[in-house]
Amino acid sequence: MMMNNVQAVNDALMYEMGRDPTVIVLGEDVGKEGGVFRATAGLQQKYGRERVVDTPLSENGIVGSSVGLALNGMKPVAEIQFSGFVFAAYDQLVSHASRYRQRSMGRFHVPLVVRMPFGGGVRALEHHSESDETIYTQIPGLKVVAPCTPSDMKGMLISAIRDPDPVIFLEHIKLYRAYREEVPEGEFTVPIGKARIALKGNDLTILAWAAMVNVSLEAAKQLQKEGISAEVIDIRSLKPLDKKTVLDSVKRTGRAVIVQEAHRISGFGADLSAIIAEEALLYLKAPVLRVTGYDIRFPLYKLEDQYLPDPHRVILAAKEVMKF
Amino acid sequence: MIDEKYRYKLEKGEIFHIVDQDGTASSMDPHLPEDMLLKMYRMMVQARAFDEKALKLQRAGRMGTYAPLSGQEGVQIGSAFALAPEDWMVPSYREAGAMMVKGVPMKAQYMMWMGNDWGNHIPDNVNCLPISIPVGSQILHATGFAWAANIKKSKIAVLCYFGDGSTSRGDFHEGMNFAGVFQVPGVFLCSNNGFAISTPVTKQTHAETLAQKAIAYGIPGYRLDGMDVLATYVLVKDAVERAKEGGGPTMIEGVCYRFGPHTTADNPDLYRQKAEVEEIIKKTDPVVRFKNYLAKKKLWDDKKEKALIEEVVGLVDAAAMEAEQAPLPTMEDLLKNVFAQMPEYLNEELDYYKKASGGGSP
Repeated sequence: MMMNNVQAVNDALMYEMGRDPTVIVLGEDVGKEGGVFRATAGLQQKYGRERVVDTPLSENGIVGSSVGLALNGMKPVAEIQFSGFVFAAYDQLVSHASRYRQRSMGRFHVPLVVRMPFGGGVRALEHHSESDETIYTQIPGLKVVAPCTPSDMKGMLISAIRDPDPVIFLEHIKLYRAYREEVPEGEFTVPIGKARIALKGNDLTILAWAAMVNVSLEAAKQLQKEGISAEVIDIRSLKPLDKKTVLDSVKRTGRAVIVQEAHRISGFGADLSAIIAEEALLYLKAPVLRVTGYDIRFPLYKLEDQYLPDPHRVILAAKEVMKF
Repeated sequence: MIDEKYRYKLEKGEIFHIVDQDGTASSMDPHLPEDMLLKMYRMMVQARAFDEKALKLQRAGRMGTYAPLSGQEGVQIGSAFALAPEDWMVPSYREAGAMMVKGVPMKAQYMMWMGNDWGNHIPDNVNCLPISIPVGSQILHATGFAWAANIKKSKIAVLCYFGDGSTSRGDFHEGMNFAGVFQVPGVFLCSNNGFAISTPVTKQTHAETLAQKAIAYGIPGYRLDGMDVLATYVLVKDAVERAKEGGGPTMIEGVCYRFGPHTTADNPDLYRQKAEVEEIIKKTDPVVRFKNYLAKKKLWDDKKEKALIEEVVGLVDAAAMEAEQAPLPTMEDLLKNVFAQMPEYLNEELDYYKKASGGGSP
């Protein structure tokens, strides 16, 4: 069935809630309204107010009580309305959700999914365009995924819900209705921990995720016209990372460009660069370059196109590594 | 000037109290069965002995930082006795007494304070969560846990412990608010022991009591004499029953006193007067109070006291020794317990660990 990303998320929740009675969806405006992006539309009508819950306005309350729900046998899929508002709940994620299994040496665990719209490029207000993946990837005990295609949205969300441990599920706002593709109906999963080769190529490897995948594919199209063949890898699962796919590609092409919407410092590109340096140094023909957001707060929308990496900046970096 | 009639006012309740320090009980004496009374007293004495041993171990360098509970035996033992085995306990980090009543072995508790992660592996048949150190953060867990019980239609209560300091934190507000909105079967017991490290409760809030904060959440609130183990039992049992019958959450402020330091790393002489503390201990010690009650009922005497203390100290010493000898987790145990299935990158870290540490265990 043809779907966009919002519909894919909705389809995943519809299906999994029907299959597993312990799944509970909770968050602000997720029930009656169906979510500010309509990702949870129709769920409350189908599954009732006890399983699709409009909570009081409290991110910390949502995530903290989700920890309790999960400890007592439920599978909460909590929504944080925008990733920029997660910080009030960060304590519960770091101090408890991520640690409970290890703290109790396996006696307890927290099968929690926290879904968040993230990323910029839709002329949003301040705090509504954040990309803060690494605040999660650096915490042991949290899995972090950022799929970009409708199939991956559905398949990885179902995998996340079935995962017995906490998964941070990042849904890029700009991609919600960006495009449609054929998504398998019914039972369908995409494993967490595997990357996707979005475009095969030979001269350089572009590593990207979420909205930066499309940006990279656009750049690759331009590069092809100039005889440069770029391979584009959709990381989609930041933690656990599919190191093999990344390294196989970089070892083959000898050149890596990382495209990251997040601020430059301590972004996930730093981890990717370190891994490539540790495990593929002798295969490299050029330095590993990162194309990133700037280390400023995401600006109000008049300058967001200046902030965001675009195909032009990716092409600049690609040509740079091709010089070597 | 706005007319007084527009101002919202508070109607205060009386503090719930049954037994005086000399052991005299009011007409509200629940007349519990003899063996139950003796069990409660035994656990109070054991909690105190556990605590005293812990302080000794810490001073001798055989245990790390510890948060003592002396002065809080009444509120902990009384409340724990109000729970059935199927009910759940959500402690903070000072509830060693309550936890041992619930069934967490003393050995496991000592192991945890001694830095052995296995100490937090609560036995499968014990309905108790591990301790929570970020102040008040467990209140939300208790709310969520109780919420799940409602959804699953399991008839249980969840008893959550937290201190006076917790009531200043957002997690308290959010946990209580959610509890009220979702009418969860929770009993939220605030052990107001007078201090959050050095901060007296009078500096923690401008409200006259902590119990009255329940009103803001639409939840019944009670103030309890937390030095009175019988009053604690009766009031908490009432709240537990209400929770199980679908009557929703209750908040109880148990007024007690922290006889000792915040933790073994704290020096209370810097912020309170020794003489004042000793006066309070003399006037309110919950263990002495209950002993006096039992003596008045002709259920206790010095000979029984001596025998009990000897027995309990033996149990406590044995638990401490077993804890010291208990095996530590390996790095492999820790790496394997991050996720249900060990991902490749952690397996690589395990390989590295084996090489870097010569393949040995700690």
